[in-house]
Amino acid sequence: MTNNKYISDVVKNIPPSGIRKFFDLVTNSRDIISLGVGEPDFVTPWTVRKEAIDVLDRGATTYTSNLGLPELREAVSFFLKNHYGLNYDPEKEIMITVGASEAIDLALRCLINDGDEVLVPVPSYVSYSPCIELTRGVPVYVPTYEENNFIITPDDLKSKITSKTKALILPYPNNPTGAIMKKEDLEAIKDIIIEHDLIVISDEIYSELTYDGKHVSIASLPDMKERTIVLNGFSKAFAMTGWRLGYIAAEHSFIEAMNKIHQYTTICAPIMAQYAGIKAIYECEDDIEKMRKTYDQRRRLIVNGFREIGFDCFEPKGAFYIFPSIKKTGLSSQEFCERLLKEEKIAVVPGNAFGPGGDGFIRVSYAYSIDKIMKALERIESFAKRVL
Amino acid sequence: MMSKKMDIIELLNENSRLTDKQISVITELSEDEVKDIIKNLEEEKVLLKYSTLVNWEKTEKEVVRALIDVRVTPQQGQGFNAIAERIGQYDEVKSVSLISGGYDLSVEVEGKTMKEIAIFVAERLAPIDGVLSTTTHFILKRYKQDGVFFTDGPEDKRLVVTP
Repeated sequence: MTNNKYISDVVKNIPPSGIRKFFDLVTNSRDIISLGVGEPDFVTPWTVRKEAIDVLDRGATTYTSNLGLPELREAVSFFLKNHYGLNYDPEKEIMITVGASEAIDLALRCLINDGDEVLVPVPSYVSYSPCIELTRGVPVYVPTYEENNFIITPDDLKSKITSKTKALILPYPNNPTGAIMKKEDLEAIKDIIIEHDLIVISDEIYSELTYDGKHVSIASLPDMKERTIVLNGFSKAFAMTGWRLGYIAAEHSFIEAMNKIHQYTTICAPIMAQYAGIKAIYECEDDIEKMRKTYDQRRRLIVNGFREIGFDCFEPKGAFYIFPSIKKTGLSSQEFCERLLKEEKIAVVPGNAFGPGGDGFIRVSYAYSIDKIMKALERIESFAKRVL
Repeated sequence: MMSKKMDIIELLNENSRLTDKQISVITELSEDEVKDIIKNLEEEKVLLKYSTLVNWEKTEKEVVRALIDVRVTPQQGQGFNAIAERIGQYDEVKSVSLISGGYDLSVEVEGKTMKEIAIFVAERLAPIDGVLSTTTHFILKRYKQDGVFFTDGPEDKRLVVTP
């Protein structure tokens, strides 16, 4: 019996994730080297793990306030000020979420009415469009191009704005391209955003992983704080993916609206993760720096490796992915990845999983040891000899 | 430059098979600069040897190792150095370290069998002038060495593909 007829139209109409499809293929293969993972290879720093164990020992097993532990909001406020020069009141302008994933959902749900358009730069993270569709909004893709370093240019942005445009998702540093938007790039689109009265949902989850100067948040530009919802979290900076701990910084009325949804759907993020997060912020600056440096070394190695093999490879300045072009091979991303998996047992993610414009590229993660990257490059080279 | 030097030491410590070219890409130095730094480090005896970590249990070679705690009498004007160097002369001795606590030196010895090591301790190590006592601990199984686990199975606990 199929219960398909009971499933809501909006859910039925969401296409299955391209990554999921590929994941099933990979799971059925043996002895593969995967460069397909979107999470750090580091384990959460020990001090943070220890703190969670300690608070559990002391019986921290309750709910917290909906917004999150006040001490953690203090810590987040301190972190945002310290790292990006952002000023957010820990009592009114910060809330703790179950990962940045929940934060994406909350931001969209608090803003979108039926039919509102949300601009989504592509290629980008797989969740934005489905989450927009779940809110009965309409995702409108803003293509970004390798020749523009995969950033949103004023012209690209302007060409997609209509009277129904409500918000812009700004996912930088970007997964999968590794692109960042520098201060001048953000300044270039700022006036258009203000002129058309758009709200920016700035997903800054990779903000600690930049390799060409410090990350700049669009909320730090004049007149932008009040129209920006900043999403961030602990997963990438502190290698805490499994803890599901994120946060939102925004003007009070946004926080109030999002907290309304959050209190009914989620209540709060897990309390032990929240206590651990406080420790992470105050005691793990060195760990962040060490991880960043290690990623940076691997980044140079892998970009150089792909270029020497003969692929065109955009130089990523953030996150932990490279997004080389495979157009020269004449294969589609899907074909390329399936063959690479079958013939050389290497898993990378086809670029088309990240939206239109992603075809012709592959996403290769360098959240792997140098040894592993070198082994993978050898196999990719032998594959390239057949397809390039 | 100082930090680049440390980077090179750490990279080689992790994987001594990295080529000069690969190191130059990782550290953003030219290949010649990398060569020079490594040559200097070798001359200064910072880099002593490029070795491999082997799990001997998986080979045909019989290898037994023991950690031997040694109490010694320090010598006038020499402290522990002379006797430590004396013990280190033997090929069987893989490492000698001065340690704190109830003993003075920790000596790692390698042999083909336990008996061979026992004889080495009784006939060569213990009789050395200044050695007061020894306690031999045979290594029965290695779990981790130099940061690497000896256990089989996947080290990566992550899902193979995630968004």
